[in-house]
Amino acid sequence: MSVLAVLARRELSLAWARGGGALLAVGFFVAAAVMLPLALGPAPERLAAVSGGVTWVVLSLASLLSLDRMFERDFEDGALDLLALGPLPLEIVAAVKCLAQWTVSGAPLAIAAPVVAVGLGAPVASAAMILAAAGLGGLAFAFLGGTGAALALASRRGGLLIAVVVLPLLTPPVIFGGAAIANFTGGLPWGAALSLLAAYALACVALTPFAMAGACRNAQS
Amino acid sequence: MFSALANPARFMAFSRWAAPILGVIAAGLIGAGLWLGLNAPPDYQQGETVKIMFIHVPAAWVAMLAYACLGGASFVSLVFRHARADAAAKAAAPLGAAFTGVALVTGSLWGRPMWGAWWVWGDARLVSVLVLFLLFLGYMALRASIDDEAKGARAAEILALVGLINLPIIKYSVEWWNTLHQGESIMRAGGPALDPVYLMPLLLAGAGYSAAFGALWLERIRAEVWRRRATSLALRVALA
Amino acid sequence: MITALNVEDLALQRGERVLFRHLHMRVAAGEAVALAGSNGAGKTSLLRAVAGFIRPVTGRIAFEGAAGALPSDDARRAGCHLVGHQDGLKPERRARDELLFQARWHGGTASGALNAADRLGLTRLLGLEVRVLSAGQRRRLALARLIASPRPLWLLDEPLAPLDADSRVLLGVIMAEHVATGGLIVAAVHDPLPIVARTVGIAP
Repeated sequence: MSVLAVLARRELSLAWARGGGALLAVGFFVAAAVMLPLALGPAPERLAAVSGGVTWVVLSLASLLSLDRMFERDFEDGALDLLALGPLPLEIVAAVKCLAQWTVSGAPLAIAAPVVAVGLGAPVASAAMILAAAGLGGLAFAFLGGTGAALALASRRGGLLIAVVVLPLLTPPVIFGGAAIANFTGGLPWGAALSLLAAYALACVALTPFAMAGACRNAQS
Repeated sequence: MFSALANPARFMAFSRWAAPILGVIAAGLIGAGLWLGLNAPPDYQQGETVKIMFIHVPAAWVAMLAYACLGGASFVSLVFRHARADAAAKAAAPLGAAFTGVALVTGSLWGRPMWGAWWVWGDARLVSVLVLFLLFLGYMALRASIDDEAKGARAAEILALVGLINLPIIKYSVEWWNTLHQGESIMRAGGPALDPVYLMPLLLAGAGYSAAFGALWLERIRAEVWRRRATSLALRVALA
Repeated sequence: MITALNVEDLALQRGERVLFRHLHMRVAAGEAVALAGSNGAGKTSLLRAVAGFIRPVTGRIAFEGAAGALPSDDARRAGCHLVGHQDGLKPERRARDELLFQARWHGGTASGALNAADRLGLTRLLGLEVRVLSAGQRRRLALARLIASPRPLWLLDEPLAPLDADSRVLLGVIMAEHVATGGLIVAAVHDPLPIVARTVGIAP
C-alpha cells in the first residue's frame, strides 16, 4: 500500500468520524431547507421560484459546517507535526484532507441536493443538473473551507471565524452554480455557468493547498 | 523607493513629513473636486442626485486601491519577511473597510431617489463593493482572533493573497451575474464617455481621496510602528 | 541517511523573547545528546527547530550524510522522528490503526509495526481504542514508531515522563541499540537518560 493510500484511508476514516459521518451535514441541509416553506408559506409557485437558489445557498452553508475541526484536531494532538515529517509535502496532505472531506460530506450533500430542490418545487428534470452543480461546487466549498480552517488554526475561535473568512470567497461558486441551476430551469443556456463553476472548482483544487500548507506551517511554528 | 522606505529610521523621517503634506494635498483636491462637482449643472436624467457620485465613486475606487495595497504589502511581508510591510498591511485594512463603508452608504443614498429603494441588487458594482467590505471584515476578524501577533500576521497575509487572487474573479462573477446595470463608463475603452463637466471634478476627487488614503495609511503605519516599539520596550523592562 | 547533525551559532526566539543565542552542537552517528535546562529554556523549541518547525533567528541547522551535506527538507522527511509531548494519537481510533498509520507514514511496514508493538508490550492493547489507554501506554504506542519505521535521527521530548520503571529500562535498551547501530538521539530531559549521553546545557 502506497503512502498516499495510507494517508487517504486515515483521512477518510477521520473525516467520517469528525462530522458524525455524512449524517450531520445532510441533516443540517435538510432541516435548514425545511425552514424555508415554514417561513415563506406553502404557496407552490412561490417556493418553486426560489427552490434552486435556496438549495444552493443552504448547501454552501452545510458544506462549511463540519470543516472547523478539519485541521484543528490534528494540530491540537500533535498529529500535524507527524504529517509534516512524512514523505509527502503538506500541500498534498492538505489536498487529501479536503478530498476526504468532500467524499464524506460533499458527495452525500450533492446527492441530497436534488431531492431537497425537487421537494421545494424544482422541476424533476433539473435533478441531474443540480447533482452536477452540487458536486462541483462542493469541491470548491471543501477546498476554500479547508483554507479557512487552516488559517483559523492559531486562533481562539474556530467555526464562526471560518464562516466569516470564507463566505465572501464563496461568491463566485455560489453565483456560477446558482446561475447554472436557474438557467437550466428557465430553459436558458447553462453550459457557460457550469463550465465556469468547474473551472473555479479546479482552480481551487490546484491553488488552495499552497495556502493551506502555508497556514499549517505558520500555526506549527 | 521601496528599499529606501524599508529602512525604519528613513521611513519614520519620510512619513513624518509626507503624511501631513499628503493630507493637505488631499484636502485641496477634494475641496476643489467637490466645489466643481456641486456647482456642475444637474444631470438631465439623474438631476441633482448625480452629485453624490463625487463622494461615492472615489470611495469605491480607493476601497479597491486599499485592497490592492493590503495585498501588495502582504505579499512583500510574506516573501521578504519584512516587519514594516506587515504593519502596512495591518494599517490598510480598517481604512479600506471605512472607504468601502462610505461607498456603500453613499451608494445606498444614491439609489433611493434613483430606483426608489435603499438597496438595489441590480447594481453589480455596489454588490462587488459589498463583497469587498466582507473581505476586509474577514481579514480583520482573522487577525484580531489570533493572540500570537506573528502568527496572526502570517495567517492574515495568506488570507489577503487568497483574497487578492479572488477579487478579480469575484468582480467578474458579480458583473456577469448581473449585466443589467450600466457599463463602466469611466474606464471604457476608447476614452471616457462621461461629460467633462462631471469627469473633471470626479477625477479631482478621486486623486484627493487617494491622497487622503495615503496620508491616513502612513499615519496608521507610524502608529503601528510606535505601538510595536512600546510593546517590545515594555517587555524588555519587564524581563530585565 | 543522516550521519551527523550540526547546529551552528543558533539563536531562537518565541514571540518577543529570545530563548538562547550562540548555541553550537554537533551530534554524530552513534551519539546520544541530552538537552538540559530549566523550564522555558528552549529545549522543546530546539527540538522543533531541528525538525524544521521553527525558523532560527540566526545560525543554521544542517544535516550531513555519508556523501556530504543533505538538503534539510529531505533529511527531515526521510530521516527524522519527533516524539513530543503530544503523541498525535486519535482517541476514537483503535491503537492498531493508529500504530499502523504512524509506522507506514514514516516508511515502515505492517509487520515491523506489529513487532514493535510486541517489543513494547502493547500487543494485547492493540484492539482497544486509544482513549482508554493510560498516559504511559499511549507514550509507548507513540514510541513504537521509532522501532517500526527505522529513521536515523530521533528527537525525543521528555520521553521518560509518563513511563513506569520497567518501561524506562526498556526504552533505555532500545535507545542503546539505536545508538549502537549508528543512530543519533537528541532528547530533552529533566531526569538523566537511561543510556550514556553527552549533556548539552540550554540557557539564555
